[in-house]
Amino acid sequence: MSFLTTIARSATRAARPATRAVPAASLSLAARGVHTLPKLDYSYDALEPHISGKIMELHHSKHHQAYVNGLNAAEEAYAKAAAPKEQIKLQSALKFNGGGHINHSLFWKNLAPQSQGGGELKAGPLKDAIVADFGSVDAFKKKMNTVTAAIQGSGWGWLGYNPETKKLEIATTPNQDPLLSHVPIIGIDIWEHAFYLQYHNVKADYLTAIWNVINFKEAERRFVEAAKSA
Amino acid sequence: MAHVLPDLPYAYDALEPYISKQIMELHHKKHHQTYVNALNAAEQAYAKASTPKERIALQAALKFNGGGHINHSLFWKNLAGSASEGKGNGGVLRDGALKDAILKTWGSVDKFTAEFNATTAAIQGSGWGWLGYNPSLKTLEIVTTANQDPLLTHVPIIGVDVWEHAFYLQYLNVKADYLKAIWNVINWDEAEKRFAEATSGAKL
Repeated sequence: MSFLTTIARSATRAARPATRAVPAASLSLAARGVHTLPKLDYSYDALEPHISGKIMELHHSKHHQAYVNGLNAAEEAYAKAAAPKEQIKLQSALKFNGGGHINHSLFWKNLAPQSQGGGELKAGPLKDAIVADFGSVDAFKKKMNTVTAAIQGSGWGWLGYNPETKKLEIATTPNQDPLLSHVPIIGIDIWEHAFYLQYHNVKADYLTAIWNVINFKEAERRFVEAAKSA
Repeated sequence: MAHVLPDLPYAYDALEPYISKQIMELHHKKHHQTYVNALNAAEQAYAKASTPKERIALQAALKFNGGGHINHSLFWKNLAGSASEGKGNGGVLRDGALKDAILKTWGSVDKFTAEFNATTAAIQGSGWGWLGYNPSLKTLEIVTTANQDPLLTHVPIIGVDVWEHAFYLQYLNVKADYLKAIWNVINWDEAEKRFAEATSGAKL
């Protein structure tokens, strides 16, 4: 299973009932993957004042839910599609909604309230790698914000681990395209729905604020795993 | 020659209750102004560029900000205070060539707006929905452009902005409600003017 599928599946696993044997008849269901909205590890208002409770609630219960629903519908249609032409027609729905589900699942986990360590980058392998590849943590954040703010439209800014160069690099993806060229370490949603209610057009303020709630512990976990398997 | 932010043909609250004053102010004074400023900067840089490579490197900035300026300038003009609110001529499609062409192509105005809204709502990301005149086929068609790409294949008759900044403060995630509401403030008279010019044989 690809790394991304693993993330998506593990993100959805948390939301399923604790014990339930999967009957043989629903194996095809499992194969199609009935995706569910993962729960947040914190309450909607936990990231305040950096990201408002109102944004978190809409973003999670409406936007991400819509991607989950859209993905399930697209996968159902895909399973029924008989010809390559029909399957190809469904690719954009699978990419958009699948990407939306993957990206947001990663996003919720790489955010944390300050009470859970959000914003704190402790000494360790991730910090060392950031300093090695960007010069300093501040230089890294500044570059990430500049690159992410420059996206022309909707999209995501990423700190990614390049498995070829074995370096941390900043990448962007448009719309809901998932990050495929790198292992995602930190993702930042720069679709307007991610910040507009609170920050209006001042994207830069959102990007400054979000570093207070970035879950560096999760980022380090992803980095250690990525560096191990490279 | 520096580009300037065009004035709105109406007050910021003129499109209420369909598009809020707060949205109109931010959208015009902040978002569109930013495209104007950045377009001017990009054009200045382009004038100084001495090699093809430097010019090509500036193309994205010119397209994004140039498109943003073009699209929003068209947008403000194809909106008007709603006639039903007594605030302007918005939302009224008079009998005439444009109405005939819409009825011919879609059967009814309602069927047209339903298809327009479905197509526009389905944009995966930021972008614009357009009623455009196809100069080769001489027909009206519904088309979309991504991000701030300008409409190049058709003559723009009506443009609708579906970037989230165009509706989020008022409609939140419910894009469909914004798309239903906006038809109350579409300036059909301006659309008719554009259609007449397009069909008169004027070049794209």
